[in-house]
Amino acid sequence: MDKIIESVDVCIIGAGHAGCEAALACARLGLSTMIFTVSADNIAFMPCNPHIGGSSKGHLVREIDALGGEMGKNIDKTFLQSKMLNTSKGPAVHSLRAQADKLQYSLSMKKILENQENLTIKQTEVVEILTSEITDEDKKKLGYEKQVIGVRIETGGIYTCKSAILCTGTYLKARCLCGESITYTGPNGMQPSNKLSKSLLDIGIGLRRFKTGTPARMDGNSIDYSKMEEQFGDTPVVPFSFSTNPEDVQKPQMSCYLTYTNEKTHEIIRANIDRSPIYAGVIEGVGPRYCPSIEDKVVKFPDKIRHQVFIEPEGTFTNEMYVDGMSSSMPEDVQIQMYRSVPGLEHCKIVKNAYAIEYDCLCSGQLSPTLEIRQIRGLFSAGQFNGSSGYEEAAAQGLYAGINCAMQIKNKPYITIDRSEGYIGVLVDDLVTKDNLEPYRMMTSRAEYRLLLRQDNADIRLRKKGYEAGLISEEEYQSLLLKEEQIKEEIDRLKSIRVGAAKNIQEFMIEHGSTPLKTACTLAELICRPELSYDDLAPIDPDRPKLSKAVTDQVEINIRYEGYITRQEAQVSAFKKMEEKKIPADINYDDVSSLRIEARQRLKQFRPVNIGQASRISGVNPADVSVLLVYLDAQKKNN
Amino acid sequence: MIHTNEDTIAAIATAMSDAGIGIIRVSGKKAISCVSKYYINSKKVHDLEEHEAGTIKFGFFIDDDENIIDEVMVSVMKAPHSYTREDVVEVNTHGGSLVMQQVLKLLTSDENVCRLAEPGEFTKRAFLNGRIDLTRAEAVMDIIEAKNEFALKNSEKQLRGSMRDLIHSLREKILYEMAFIESALDDPENYNLDGYPEKLSGNLSRWISKTKKLLGTADEGRLRTSGIVTVIVGKPNSGKSSLLNVLTGEETAIVTDIAGTTRDVIEHDVKISDLLLHVIDTAGIREATDKIEAIGVDRAKKYASDADLILYVIDSTRELDEEDKQIAEIIKDKKVIVLLNKSDLEENIILTKENLTDNIFSAINIDGENTRVIQTSMLNESGINDLKQAIVELFFNGHLVPCEEMYVTNLRHKKLLENALSSLMLVEQSVEDGMSEDFYAIDLMNAYKYLGEILGEEVGEDLVNEIFSKFCMGK
Repeated sequence: MDKIIESVDVCIIGAGHAGCEAALACARLGLSTMIFTVSADNIAFMPCNPHIGGSSKGHLVREIDALGGEMGKNIDKTFLQSKMLNTSKGPAVHSLRAQADKLQYSLSMKKILENQENLTIKQTEVVEILTSEITDEDKKKLGYEKQVIGVRIETGGIYTCKSAILCTGTYLKARCLCGESITYTGPNGMQPSNKLSKSLLDIGIGLRRFKTGTPARMDGNSIDYSKMEEQFGDTPVVPFSFSTNPEDVQKPQMSCYLTYTNEKTHEIIRANIDRSPIYAGVIEGVGPRYCPSIEDKVVKFPDKIRHQVFIEPEGTFTNEMYVDGMSSSMPEDVQIQMYRSVPGLEHCKIVKNAYAIEYDCLCSGQLSPTLEIRQIRGLFSAGQFNGSSGYEEAAAQGLYAGINCAMQIKNKPYITIDRSEGYIGVLVDDLVTKDNLEPYRMMTSRAEYRLLLRQDNADIRLRKKGYEAGLISEEEYQSLLLKEEQIKEEIDRLKSIRVGAAKNIQEFMIEHGSTPLKTACTLAELICRPELSYDDLAPIDPDRPKLSKAVTDQVEINIRYEGYITRQEAQVSAFKKMEEKKIPADINYDDVSSLRIEARQRLKQFRPVNIGQASRISGVNPADVSVLLVYLDAQKKNN
Repeated sequence: MIHTNEDTIAAIATAMSDAGIGIIRVSGKKAISCVSKYYINSKKVHDLEEHEAGTIKFGFFIDDDENIIDEVMVSVMKAPHSYTREDVVEVNTHGGSLVMQQVLKLLTSDENVCRLAEPGEFTKRAFLNGRIDLTRAEAVMDIIEAKNEFALKNSEKQLRGSMRDLIHSLREKILYEMAFIESALDDPENYNLDGYPEKLSGNLSRWISKTKKLLGTADEGRLRTSGIVTVIVGKPNSGKSSLLNVLTGEETAIVTDIAGTTRDVIEHDVKISDLLLHVIDTAGIREATDKIEAIGVDRAKKYASDADLILYVIDSTRELDEEDKQIAEIIKDKKVIVLLNKSDLEENIILTKENLTDNIFSAINIDGENTRVIQTSMLNESGINDLKQAIVELFFNGHLVPCEEMYVTNLRHKKLLENALSSLMLVEQSVEDGMSEDFYAIDLMNAYKYLGEILGEEVGEDLVNEIFSKFCMGK
């Protein structure tokens, strides 16, 4: 049955964290959008850890919010506990993390999708992407070979569309492994998607196989928390969303608990290592090195006598507890022994076994920096399908792909975020320029310019882009402009007000453990003293205007770290110079004869859009970049 | 016409002199066919294209009318087994600048086939084609320009890569620390930063002193490769011209004689055994030995500021006067060697080192570390050894060591090393100020980048790779 059921602008395939953001972005930008899922009861489902944010991922959530995405707002409504991490370090690495009520999170997101104008939810499996050949010469020049025209679902029905966004997560040809037992399901026993992979291969898309894993869920009543350290949330709680009123997130919080593995745990794992599907060679997919299973940790780091284990609540609706730090694909009997060797878990009852999951995903070098698959016009992709891991990474890509898909249909300029503008920029750039031989997880170390990419200034960095795209309201945008003005004025004021060595000032200095003044100095100079904060200075700054904490935080950071910020900005302008050297889409690398063969092959494979990107492709060395620069220069002169 | 790296290029590769042999080098896709047109073997056949790579063949170079220009040996190297990694043909002629010019003119008669190479273009191609890194490319340039044994040895060292190895190892160490800090930020469970600032601080002071030491060689390196810029001053008839004649006479050698184009001076590179002086000579001095031209105060003023060294020639048989006082005033902040000349006229000597300081000569502290006083006689050519020793004391701490260490002689390298040094010092400042570890990364990254620029390497994926390759990352 090849019947056209409906025609829409955009089809979103998958309703996880990437799919939800992509669908909302498209629908909010006025496109008729249909989101397909194998289970409409599991929208924005969290099959692994029960938290949102954390080191560098918290930054992503803030950036999603700044651009007009939903994740930050949704977690603000459904969190159980919230914490600002790394507060003993500099502001660049402060990061928010919130424990989510999984069911509430999912239900709340589903409701948002349901009530979104232009958006329809459809429960079915998409089995084929339909394309036509490109005939337009101009489009061919840009490297397009095919154009998306629709999708086919399992019934044979066809939904025509202008664009499609693949957000298939870990569902493509998924199989789950628990020791010797293999089940052909998606995460948590969900229905997998077994047919779409073939269709993708047929239209020339390269796929590979990744794996990831999750720990067991335990009955909370079987856990002895008295043997663990209780971990509390922050008071007051800082919301994720720049639009959430901070008063709305102050509420009673649930605790997490910290315990540790020990030699006995490691002994059990070592004794049974041949029964692990990874070490037995059953798993083909490549797993993430930085998100290792407990057996990986024990094997790779034999000298470590213990590893941290966090026990985290899954929600208010269940007693189930998540055992963070002990993901595993060991057989069930080994899992029981292993978990029960951990203090507090001696009598634990496992509700859901730990397992590893393998799935098909994209070789992400096929993507352009808009997250469109280069040769197929209108086919975008996001999330774990692109080889990333994590809810936040997925949501960020979903939003970014959604916006750019909408821009393409509306014939408007794409939004771009480079490595100096956001973690999203780092994420996308890494996906499109690197081989990524394992699932890609965001980390602060991946961001070169992180002092500028703080979670506290995501709105200042990105709201304007969200506004231009059309996802940020006029009101939200005006409030950003006001905030920026207030920050600037207050910094100028603090730099201009001088205080002398008067008696009250000296007393104030001594009282705050600071050296008395020898000569007059500005209030800004006082803020640079580590022992004095903006708030501390209130008594000697009587003319201070009334400003929100969001504003005064920015003022303080910008004054205190000015030297570092200036130096980082200089790094960024050097970086931008290379990014601004564009490489024409129709460049023929065979014409650049001095290129080494390896470099030429890699450049053809990744087709970087500028010299900066070209220089980040492994296998392209500085001499190759020089060759390219000389070639482009000569081309320019010839034209 | 725009020059691109696709063109075939040619240039005379040996010195333009009437030496016994001269080589014209041709590089590029059309190198072989281009030379083939003008080459015939002993049987008068154009067979260059059949030559095997890496061979050298005897034959004749002919012009368009098939007249023989010269007997030649022609060697063929095929890409990538050549200096430029392109096809290269070298034509060995019987020297003579006229013959070489003719050969080159013929080879470059059609710009579409082959054009004249720009200065350094062969080496540039070697770099662009990935054969050598930037420091090596620069070292090749330096070797071509090397004026003495020291400069040559130093350039050879850079070519072999001792500069690269040194900077490379420093970069590795910086990268390791950056990676550690990043790991600790991403994975605090497994990487503990307690006590880390102290540890880093120790490393920093080692790196800083290493960089300083390398930079310290920069000035000495320049003095030894380009020569010590020297100006001779003194009143008329004190013996300035004689001094120059002695220096440039049999005992020493003039390396180059370049007539100044922008000012009326002649510059000499003068070797005193392994010392190189770059003597700035006012034009008049050389006119005639007996017709003394006044250098006087004006000339001293004009040139002293640029000089590394002032040779102040005084006639020790005459009293000092007001003019001496003025000259002394002008040169007092420079490194000065006072030559009490005419020591052969023993009975007439009235000025000695001991009585110089009296009265009018007080501007110069003759016992200071920037001043030496020696007795000379240009007539007997005596005191030249003392002069050399005085220079060594003033510039090289008394020891002129052979080129065992690596010297920084390239200005670009020097500037980048200075930048790297100040970045490392900023990290040191951050540690001292008790900033949290994530702040170190900014200036460590800068130091790493500056050092990388010396080598022509860029900062790329290696940071993340380093993290992954060396460290355990937990969730």
